[in-house]
Amino acid sequence: MSGTLTLNKITAQRGIPVGEAAKKIADLGWNPSYVQEAMTFPTDYKITKAPKDPMKQVLRSYFPMQEEKDNRVYGALDAALRGDMFRNVEPRWVEWMKLFLAIIPFPEISAARSMAMVGRLAPGEDLRTGFTMQMVDEFRHSTIQMNLKKWYMENYIDPAGFDITEEAFGKCYATTIGRQFGEGFITGDAITSANIYLTVVAETAFTNTLFVAMPSEAARNGDYALPTVFLSVQSDESRHIGNGHSLLMSMLKEPENHVLIERDLRYAFWQNHAIVDAAIGTFIEYGTTNRDKNKESYVEMWHRWIFEDYYRTYMLPLEKYGIKIHHDDVQTAWKRLTEKHYVHRVAQFFAVGWPVNFWRIEAQTDKDFEWFEHKYPGWYAQFGDFWKWYEKLSHRGQTNILFNSDVGYVYPHRCWSCLVPCLIREDIVTGEIDGQLYTFAHELDRWTAVQAFADEYEGRPTPAMGRFSGRREWESCYHDWDLADAIKDLGFVRTDGKTLVPQPHLRFDEKEMWTLDDLRGHTLKSPLMTLRGMSPEDREAHLAEYRKGFTINPCN
Amino acid sequence: MTAVPSVSVGSGAAGAAVFPDSDSRRYRYFEPRSKRATHYEDVTVDVQPDPERYLLQDWIISFPDGKGAYTKDNTAALSSNWHAFRAPDQEWERTHYQRQSKIEAMVQSVIANGRKSGAPKAFNKAWVKILQNHLGAWKHVEFGLGTSLMQAQRYGYTQMINNATLTNSSYKLRLAQDITLYLAEIGMDIPGFDDAAGKRTWLEDKGWQGTREAVESIMGSTDYLEQYLAINVVFEPLVGELFRSGFLMQVASSNGDFITPSVISAAEADYERNLANTMDLLHLLVTDNQHAAHNKNLFQGWVDKHVALANKAAAGLQPIWSQPHSKPVQYADARAQSVERIKKILGELGLVLPKE
Repeated sequence: MSGTLTLNKITAQRGIPVGEAAKKIADLGWNPSYVQEAMTFPTDYKITKAPKDPMKQVLRSYFPMQEEKDNRVYGALDAALRGDMFRNVEPRWVEWMKLFLAIIPFPEISAARSMAMVGRLAPGEDLRTGFTMQMVDEFRHSTIQMNLKKWYMENYIDPAGFDITEEAFGKCYATTIGRQFGEGFITGDAITSANIYLTVVAETAFTNTLFVAMPSEAARNGDYALPTVFLSVQSDESRHIGNGHSLLMSMLKEPENHVLIERDLRYAFWQNHAIVDAAIGTFIEYGTTNRDKNKESYVEMWHRWIFEDYYRTYMLPLEKYGIKIHHDDVQTAWKRLTEKHYVHRVAQFFAVGWPVNFWRIEAQTDKDFEWFEHKYPGWYAQFGDFWKWYEKLSHRGQTNILFNSDVGYVYPHRCWSCLVPCLIREDIVTGEIDGQLYTFAHELDRWTAVQAFADEYEGRPTPAMGRFSGRREWESCYHDWDLADAIKDLGFVRTDGKTLVPQPHLRFDEKEMWTLDDLRGHTLKSPLMTLRGMSPEDREAHLAEYRKGFTINPCN
Repeated sequence: MTAVPSVSVGSGAAGAAVFPDSDSRRYRYFEPRSKRATHYEDVTVDVQPDPERYLLQDWIISFPDGKGAYTKDNTAALSSNWHAFRAPDQEWERTHYQRQSKIEAMVQSVIANGRKSGAPKAFNKAWVKILQNHLGAWKHVEFGLGTSLMQAQRYGYTQMINNATLTNSSYKLRLAQDITLYLAEIGMDIPGFDDAAGKRTWLEDKGWQGTREAVESIMGSTDYLEQYLAINVVFEPLVGELFRSGFLMQVASSNGDFITPSVISAAEADYERNLANTMDLLHLLVTDNQHAAHNKNLFQGWVDKHVALANKAAAGLQPIWSQPHSKPVQYADARAQSVERIKKILGELGLVLPKE
């Protein structure tokens, strides 16, 4: 008998079952009768069925669980320092973290804010508990990531770029893509942004590549801190996926929502693909020094996480509720990643623009070439010479690659929708909004900006839908500026007033580091403003030429 | 030719090489409040951008009316520098979870040990009714205020304002849940305890309707700063502390209940922090070098409106003080204390308590 006796059994007392506790907490809400809650973030969706909270967690167990997760994270960071992690870390990898960690805390805190937008929309209080925890989770993610960045800044060989991080986030030509992602969570129709774009697509599908695939690559590059933080972050995501799915199920009950769900799934899937694959694909494939041919490439992981897991087991079942799923969009994204080398073109674009970045980008080497060719047959013929040029032009005294006409690279147009440039040249399309001409990377991007983000969709008024606004084409901010003056204005100069924050190499020797003077004398142009200034005939001729693409000249 | 980058210094550690800014190890895009940035500032400041700091391209998605993600006109208050505010409690995720987790551990331990000793059965019978009906109603107050703050944290112009509002919301919602589960647990030990009575009292009892109106008025406000002020400057001292400290905390023990004061006590400490955050922000606004007069006038209007509601709420609750078997404290004394408290708070802001 004594063999089965434990302290728990001796001290245990009757408690409330979890389901009962969740039910009582859901009963905290009531329908106000003196003053109504204002619906300050409108939606065009109709929600009449109260969504259920699938997680049934309460704050009493939530806070200790999160504290324990934190203890593990901070303990691991201390251990990494004691183990001299930075002596063995690959700088090529950490440099890309200057971009990634400049972007990600803003989308995270935006997700916290967006919980306010969905909190009042759904009837009943069940899911409000889930939204509450997600709000606090996202606050966790944002500040834990800022802490990680500070930690890199304090311990990594070159802190420049980390030290200007949030300012750089607002200005850089690459981070503009991340701003599109984060603003998408909090602006426009509350359901489109905070439910479909954020939870149903970004969190359910793409956090797997963001927070699971990327940490694996970090570990291969001697960085044990990023996996520690981000796998902890990812462990919160299942709660958010549950929130998103539950609200989606409520919306499906109303047939008049179906056309909007179809629109928003289409927009959100395509834009998450365009943005997340551009950024995370580049970090994983180009930020690594590990060229183990047995490991999965980014597209192989994409096939597993996005195609098999998300598309087959999450999107497809929605068809039985009467939602039209655009199978061709998923296939097109897959083709862009495989046959059309989307990620490689993005990495190439980031590398060309190194002078207006705020981190170091190192050239790819023979070892990298071999791996790329193995994983992406045909890669070398398209990108081999480019990276040889990049290495050659990484030395001071050379004309920088952005303006070097020997290379043969043609600077791309910017997509007005996803803000990644029109890198698959043959797919560029143009469109008009309020009589103004814009360029788009793909027909689906045009559809997003022109048809989805409008006050009417398929004959139905959509007064709550957001609009694309601001100076979305980054290049137009510096049209006709001297490159050196633009860099100075961006603040991407070290405190000596001349050495650049970005460098096209990993050589930590002052003599090798580019300065403003090395880049002076080149004028930046906005491709869109230039295109708008052309006659209709010249414009057509220009676009026809653009669609043909370019050839990188041999680098000998 | 093959591309082979030059070999680096062989280490990625700080100090492995010396070059421009190899020692730049502090965020240099914001001015810390003191000489050196605090950890809270490092993980908080400027994460929420705006066209002043540092959106080169402005907001790139807008609402249908053309407004971007965050705009200054989400409140009627004006500031010459919204970015100046720093929360005195310096809360970020780690400190928040540590504190909340510690409170949960304390609360659960007190409840578990109290139940083990059979304490709930020894509660005075009249007191049990008070817990069932009135503490049961109070949990809805905390929930209403928590969800108001959850809404408010979407609107502030800076990360510092919104995060302070968010943690305030988290504290309130935790307390609402703590009370809910506490009552459910002691209810299992007390025969005849009606766990649904609290909500009925909240919705139907005449004495609680003033409080419900005051809370719903805060929930219904569309100005996030009005919500923040109404909760921490007006409602908390005039109703929150009045009921929690001025009644529950002082009356429980003489009616055989040593558990409730511990469950409630965390809320008083939460409030001290939330009040400090609110006061710091409002003080900046009433001493603003351009907009002080406008803000003072605006705040006085909000104070007048919410004090009237809170006074009505407090008056409605008055009969509760005479319901316990043992009455160690009088409503009038508790009320006098809360009036003193709000006068002091308003005085710090140069505002006055309207006459009843």
